Amino acid sequence: MSKYRLDYLDELEAEAIYILREVAGQFEKPALLFSGGKDSITLVRLAEKAFRPGKFPFPLVHIDTGHNFVETITYRDEMIARIGEKLIVGHVQDSINEGKVIEQKGKNASRNALQTVTLLDTIAKYQFDACIGGARRDEEKARAKERIFSVRDEFGQWDPKRQRPELWDIYNGKIHKGENVRVFPISNWTELDVWNYIRRENIPLPSIYFAHKRDCITRNGQLMAASPFLNMDEEDIIENKNVRFRTVGDMTCTAAVESYAFEIDDIINEIASSKISERGARMDDKVSEAAMEDRKKGGYF
Amino acid sequence: MDILKFITAGSVDDGKSTLIGRLLYDSEAILADQLEALHASNRKNDDGSIDLAILTDGLKAEREQGITIDVAYKYFETNKRKFIIADAPGHIQYTRNMVTGASNAGLAIILIDARKGVVEQTTRHSFLVSLLQIPQVVVAVNKMDMVDYSEEVFNQIVADYKVLAAKLNLDNVTYIPVSALKGDNIVHASPNISWYSGDSLLHHLENVEITIDDSSAHARLPVQWVVRPQTEALHDYRGYAGRVSSGSFRVNDKVTILPSGFSSTISKIELFDKQPEEALAGMSVTVHLQDNIDISRGDIIVNSAGHPQVSKAIEADLCWMDTRPLDTSLTYLVQHNTKTVRCKVQEILYKVNINTLEKDYAEDFKLNDIGRIVIKTAEPLAFDPYQINKANGGAIIIDSRTNVTVGALMLRDSVE
Repeated sequence: MSKYRLDYLDELEAEAIYILREVAGQFEKPALLFSGGKDSITLVRLAEKAFRPGKFPFPLVHIDTGHNFVETITYRDEMIARIGEKLIVGHVQDSINEGKVIEQKGKNASRNALQTVTLLDTIAKYQFDACIGGARRDEEKARAKERIFSVRDEFGQWDPKRQRPELWDIYNGKIHKGENVRVFPISNWTELDVWNYIRRENIPLPSIYFAHKRDCITRNGQLMAASPFLNMDEEDIIENKNVRFRTVGDMTCTAAVESYAFEIDDIINEIASSKISERGARMDDKVSEAAMEDRKKGGYF
Repeated sequence: MDILKFITAGSVDDGKSTLIGRLLYDSEAILADQLEALHASNRKNDDGSIDLAILTDGLKAEREQGITIDVAYKYFETNKRKFIIADAPGHIQYTRNMVTGASNAGLAIILIDARKGVVEQTTRHSFLVSLLQIPQVVVAVNKMDMVDYSEEVFNQIVADYKVLAAKLNLDNVTYIPVSALKGDNIVHASPNISWYSGDSLLHHLENVEITIDDSSAHARLPVQWVVRPQTEALHDYRGYAGRVSSGSFRVNDKVTILPSGFSSTISKIELFDKQPEEALAGMSVTVHLQDNIDISRGDIIVNSAGHPQVSKAIEADLCWMDTRPLDTSLTYLVQHNTKTVRCKVQEILYKVNINTLEKDYAEDFKLNDIGRIVIKTAEPLAFDPYQINKANGGAIIIDSRTNVTVGALMLRDSVE
């Protein structure tokens, strides 16, 4: 017996690599859901550690709302070129054109909710049986109860009362045809762990994570990037501010925080002393206290 | 800095959620928006203070019913250590959830209500802690404020628990008098319990020693994936990817592949861009062997000096986790490490009444039942007794009709 144990980042990394390899070993057609955010960027790095010098045994899948930050798309395309892996893009615009979803109207219109349909259609089209995602249990209390292998029915639904027991590190990936599994290799990471890992591994990130000058408006008490995708009127006052984004989602639902964190060390200091949790900057969770639980039941990431 | 995973065992009445809430609150692990939601809630304690139990309530369904229905994971850290709490409900109908949470825990906190002392559910929780082999136990005697912080009451409970701990072979038990509601001895030492000279709960959690089994005799690497780039430049590259589940491997170690029994020598250990000399328990690595042997997912690489047992008939402890009872005529699947094979439960030896620890020779095996069985597998499993090596002794049973995990197995010994 030894007192020596792995450093926490090594332990979290080893666990995530183990989970990714379980996906490769247990499923026929897995995919890695890539949003362009720091969590999925971390997943890509972990996949490199799990499978190099071989190729990834899965493609990357991006559900594109069409309302992304341009920096996200630039980053995505550069990254794909660098790692030499396959990228599949599902477009929310296609779902709108096909009449499967209807664009929201009004001031708070967002395509965030619509992407669930595009995601489920993309899963069905390519018959993915496992989708790897970057969700973490510390993000939100509904996520705190989710398994690492989370089975979804053919409607993509999560049923919190019917979850499989998950023991030791044995993951049961057995499913019926039509079902699929969402897999969360960084379930046990916190926001700060992800940042510390990105720093340690020296992983490049989209520039919007760092402080920059941007035109913003204040809506529902939150700073939103002014953009053609946001329905604005004369009541909205545009101010140029020093901001950065703590999560990267659709431009219409991802709030900025005022920040002078230009380097990763600044960000880590900022988060370590932060008084607002990460999803606190997501307007989509604010609708009701049970917002995330309801969206997850409906097949959301 | 390392990570300690722990489980809290107790029911709503013992103040378990309040204890976790207090740990998070007093160690300032609650962020402003969560705190805001906490203050905005209309649930208050009798004295008007915030109900900290709200912090661990997860789902809408639970808030409606005021209960905890599943394992929730909570994360916090101090300057010394990172913590993951598996919060599982303690009622008997949730035994399977507690077993789930306990399977990964390095420490268990068993809550005892100071007014009630060692009761039936204390026995049940302690039995599960012993069955799952959680290495460290903290008995937190809670609600000390309700018994006037009496040293006598505390000492009596400690004496009673020691009898139970001896019966269950629980070593490493630490006793701490606390009041989660008032905050005594949770994070800060309490002036109300001046007769107690030990650590506060958090201080103990920060400093308790957690060891790993790094003996080379227990070196086990279940193969998850074979890395074969098959490119021009890496034509002969063949790496066996997996996570060392116990023990340690070094370059030049003689190893055996099970169940085939072929032997070779480790020529290289890789971790992406690094080539460590040693792979310790917990590390995910890629191993290269000197000889070209047919190895695939489901095989296990072990140190030739210390073989596990290899058998198709194994005596095991079983916790049944499904609403459909065990059917001994049915073929199930057993998943052990990276290997999944067909199996049958050949014989039920006995069940344990987990409230009284008495053996029961009933034929049926229903949800939350725990007992001893003999399992027969279609192909041999290379396992270690769970009591000696948890990492290579745990397995799950899957119902092939529903694909649901229906049983937890703690493998014990091969039978002829």
